[in-house]
Amino acid sequence: MLRQPLSRALALSPSRVAPLGIRKFADQVQAQPDKIEVFIDDKPVYVPPGTTILQAAAQVGVEIPRFCYHERLAVAGNCRMCLVEVEKSPKPAAACAMPVMKGMRVKTDSDLTRKAREGVMEFLLVNHPLDCPICDQGGECDLQDQSMAFGSDKSRFTDIHFSGKRAVEDKDVGPLIKTIMTRCIHCTRCIRFASEVAGVDDFGTTGRGTEMQVGTYVEKMFLSELSGNIIDLCPVGALTSKPYSFAARPWETRRIDSVDVLDPLGSNIVVATRTNEVLRILPRTNEEINEEWLSDKSRFACDGLKRQRLVTPMLADSRGNLTPVEWEDAVVAAARALRDCPPDKLVAVAGELADAESLIALKDLFNRLGSENVCTEQYFPLEGAGTDLRSSYLLNTKIANVEDADFVLLIGTNVRFEAPLLNARIRKAFVHKETDIALIGPQVDLTYDYMHVGDSASVVKDLASGTSSHEVMKRLENAKRPVVILGADQLKTPEGAALLAYTQELALRLQDKLVDKEWKVLNVLQRTASQVAALDLGYRAGAGAQLAAARVVYLLGADAGLVTREALPKDCVVIYQGHHGDAGAAIADVVLPGAAYTEKRATYVNAEGRAQQTWPAVTPPGKAREDWKIIRALSEVVGSRLPYDNIDEVRTRLSEVSPALVAYGEVQDNNYFAQARMLSQSLQKPVSGKLDVQLKKLEDYFMTDSISRASPTMAKCVQAVLKQKQSPY
Amino acid sequence: MAGALARIIQGTKNNLGIIGPLATINNGSVRFQQTESTKTKFGPLADSDRIFTNLYGRHDWRLKGALRRGDWYMTKEIMLKGVDWIVNELKTSGLRGRGGAGFPTGMKWSFMNKPSDGRPKYLVVNADEGEPGTCKDREIMRHDPHKLVEGCLIAGKAMGAQAAYIYIRGEFYNEASNLQVAIAEAYQAGLIGKNACGSGYDFDVFVHRGAGAYICGEETALIESIEGKQGKPRLKPPFPADVGLFGCPTTVNNVETIAVAPSICRRGGKWFASFGRPRNSGTKLFNISGHVNTPCTVEEEMSIPLKELIERHAGGVTGGWDNLLAIIPGGSSTPLIPKDVCETVLMDFDGLVAAQTSLGTAAIIVMDKSTDIVKAIARLIMFYKHESCGQCTPCREGVSWMNKMIYRFVDGNASPKEIDMLWEISKQIEGHTICALGDGAAWPVQGLIRHFRPELERRMQAYAQQHGPSRAERLY
Repeated sequence: MLRQPLSRALALSPSRVAPLGIRKFADQVQAQPDKIEVFIDDKPVYVPPGTTILQAAAQVGVEIPRFCYHERLAVAGNCRMCLVEVEKSPKPAAACAMPVMKGMRVKTDSDLTRKAREGVMEFLLVNHPLDCPICDQGGECDLQDQSMAFGSDKSRFTDIHFSGKRAVEDKDVGPLIKTIMTRCIHCTRCIRFASEVAGVDDFGTTGRGTEMQVGTYVEKMFLSELSGNIIDLCPVGALTSKPYSFAARPWETRRIDSVDVLDPLGSNIVVATRTNEVLRILPRTNEEINEEWLSDKSRFACDGLKRQRLVTPMLADSRGNLTPVEWEDAVVAAARALRDCPPDKLVAVAGELADAESLIALKDLFNRLGSENVCTEQYFPLEGAGTDLRSSYLLNTKIANVEDADFVLLIGTNVRFEAPLLNARIRKAFVHKETDIALIGPQVDLTYDYMHVGDSASVVKDLASGTSSHEVMKRLENAKRPVVILGADQLKTPEGAALLAYTQELALRLQDKLVDKEWKVLNVLQRTASQVAALDLGYRAGAGAQLAAARVVYLLGADAGLVTREALPKDCVVIYQGHHGDAGAAIADVVLPGAAYTEKRATYVNAEGRAQQTWPAVTPPGKAREDWKIIRALSEVVGSRLPYDNIDEVRTRLSEVSPALVAYGEVQDNNYFAQARMLSQSLQKPVSGKLDVQLKKLEDYFMTDSISRASPTMAKCVQAVLKQKQSPY
Repeated sequence: MAGALARIIQGTKNNLGIIGPLATINNGSVRFQQTESTKTKFGPLADSDRIFTNLYGRHDWRLKGALRRGDWYMTKEIMLKGVDWIVNELKTSGLRGRGGAGFPTGMKWSFMNKPSDGRPKYLVVNADEGEPGTCKDREIMRHDPHKLVEGCLIAGKAMGAQAAYIYIRGEFYNEASNLQVAIAEAYQAGLIGKNACGSGYDFDVFVHRGAGAYICGEETALIESIEGKQGKPRLKPPFPADVGLFGCPTTVNNVETIAVAPSICRRGGKWFASFGRPRNSGTKLFNISGHVNTPCTVEEEMSIPLKELIERHAGGVTGGWDNLLAIIPGGSSTPLIPKDVCETVLMDFDGLVAAQTSLGTAAIIVMDKSTDIVKAIARLIMFYKHESCGQCTPCREGVSWMNKMIYRFVDGNASPKEIDMLWEISKQIEGHTICALGDGAAWPVQGLIRHFRPELERRMQAYAQQHGPSRAERLY
């Protein structure tokens, strides 16, 4: 378990820790050390002491070449590419690690500097294979780019005629990462990522000198939900994406900024496409959400977008088999079912990938038909404040602030698999800030040490009432910035409402005592990307009793298996609108093919309540259409036309319901905690159940929604993890 | 590591200045306090001035024998004289680190006396004597271990360290064993441990055995190794005096440096400074190996002429002085010097730097005319290639490249243009690495090219005549 001695962490990355440190103790006035003046290529720049030359140079727009340095990882200083001349120093200094001194004069473009870079470049290329034409990194390779910029124009590697270059056997680290270890330049970024961010200490170096190899010692799969990031980190083609191998060159692809919907965090992504096909998904930097990481499901499940797709409207024929039909027939059939149904027997269920536009369209349509039965699949207690107050169902602390917390209490959530990047933040706080974590719920591997406080719901009750004698109680009371995160899965149980009430009680009792009045303690971690928008729009959380009497059920991508044929009356008509032939389509009488998140401009609200939009990267396959348009068309045929004709008008309608839904990129501070607490006080009933989570192990993580269930890569991951678990290593 | 550090010292000094508070210490005239002497003749050392009186193991090495030779005499009194007194004596003595870099010991110890921030301090003794040709520390540890243990206590007191870790080379089984016995004896006699020597100071000494990696002789790699990690040098800054062993302030000293400290304190810094030239004072253990009649390790005065040292103690070069080809004066990482330089050069830090080489660990490797000098240097490069930790690029890739080239040079299967290329490659390694191993690998090559270029060219010519042009010519 990596937890650096603080001194070392500070010594190595002062700038990375310092700003956070200042934020953390904002309440204590900290003496800001004076800035010192240094000169980068004779340009003066004022930086705080402890800044490295490389960072100081970046401030004046001088980029120093580097391979091993990465601002989110510890400094290794081993590639030596960043050597720069420092006046009055006989040797060039490694800019990534050398802190600036007062009056230091750095020359980033002197003869000595250029000679040093050229030398390092030459050494790196001595044993680097000349297989750029067949290397997947080609076009986005740091080594390629920097050898063009800083390398020599000719080779003098005469030994190519004698002993040739070093060759290294490739490693098998699982179905996601392809290794070509001969290309490795030993920058150790992957090693540092694995041990620092992912928390899986499997990578390391073996051997010495030119025999040194990066690997896992015994052949082993890289068992992490963040493994794909080492592909991005690798500055050369040693680690490339296995599913994407030999698929395309970066200059052939079109890159569209978008947002991920496969977990509730809404990580920012770039969708790379070519010829109307999603080739790969890469993370896009957003400091407030995913930094520059991306979880494996979000990254690799994109091949699921090409399989199991609903490409044409379908109607069940006389034998109950779905048969392709024209849009007109399907819409008319659906409209007829809707129109002929008494309003109280109409039920709409929205699934986990539904966007806000289609949610509002569906709700408006149902309301116009006189039905209020619009629900989501994921349950949320409606007693007390229910979903009326936004603070009750959001991640109020906000993702980025979690790393400033000094104590984190997780209740009934395996945050590692439910929101991998939130877990990465907690781990970051654990490693760099000595933050401690406690967990109530089943014992799972969170990649860091935590106090396990049992798995009984009554623990929460004791903590809330302040009667607990557990150490956690003391830690929570003394914490300056505590965070309490409740997993939304717990709310499904009959004791859910009480559990939520206790969690609110606990969090708000702690919050009241804080010096920092802005700090929010209470968090509910939703499981799905659609839930927050749905609740914002007034959807009823969870479909239950209405289903038993339903005549028409409209499933908007509801594939979680909540709605089954057994739960519905025999003559009930099921209309399924969605993009994958999954659980929902299987029970449908009418299938209306919709668009997946890469195929539409749509709004998603993440667990913090931050609205973000996806952009169409490819067109929907076959006859599939954007979801809100399908509902809009249907409304016309039903005879209660929805009053919007384009997406801007839909969004105007969204902003009427809640302006937060169209405030893209922004997240509002939530209030009314006290009111929610007051309303929930009556719900504090005795609880006795045990908390359980759905995703316990890595193999549970990969296939959780209709897209990842259709993804062959995700299936391979599950198999590989299960196989690895049988290995003695 | 040892000798490799020698040339770095200039850089080290400057770098040390970087860490703020130390800068003031660095600038003053404190570095060399002894008065300029007018001494012109150095050596031979009188028996009464020898520090290591049981170098050859003729006497008892255990506590009883050590006490008879004067070890542990008045140790308590020395300690009670206080930190400043000890450090001052060391500064007066002009003792420079015996591990190769030659950093002034007194100053190094004084870095440790900054106001404490609550972290413990440690002394680490570098007994990972791996430099080919060097065999001085092992003699101390197996025949005079109490000198080292006493030195640890005094050095520890001088820097306020609470414990000393002696990192001993794994191959030194008997030495580790003797040292351990000596430590046990010292504990039992109350010389170290709680209330060491009755001085009221608590001090522990631990022995840590290495696993045979040369790089673990580099101070930060050594620290990593004690911490249980791979022996890979750390980036500096932060220097060990700030963040060292287990994240605490640490000083790493060579065995010889520590072992002479008690004698300096007993006999006075002035006495020690009276040997050798200014800035190079003291006595030193010289190891003479190779083509000499009686290879030996001997304690001699610094600045003794190389020729006199060999003739007096090693029985001369085999076949007479005229049969001499070249000498590596300071362990395998220092550049060789040819015979004409050997005639006059003085064996001290400045004298050898003037001869474009370095004192290193003072391990003199003598090669007579029967030596295949190219092959000898090639073998050294192979050693460095094998021992490179692989962490940073120039050393990992550069040294193995040099190794490939120089083995072709042995046969002459190379282009004469490659000689300059090899020189350039060695320059691309030197000074560009995290630690000094890269430098130590580059210097032997540079020494070879500097003094034996005609020999290299002759071999290439001979090869071309016999086999036709080398394939290496194809690239030119």
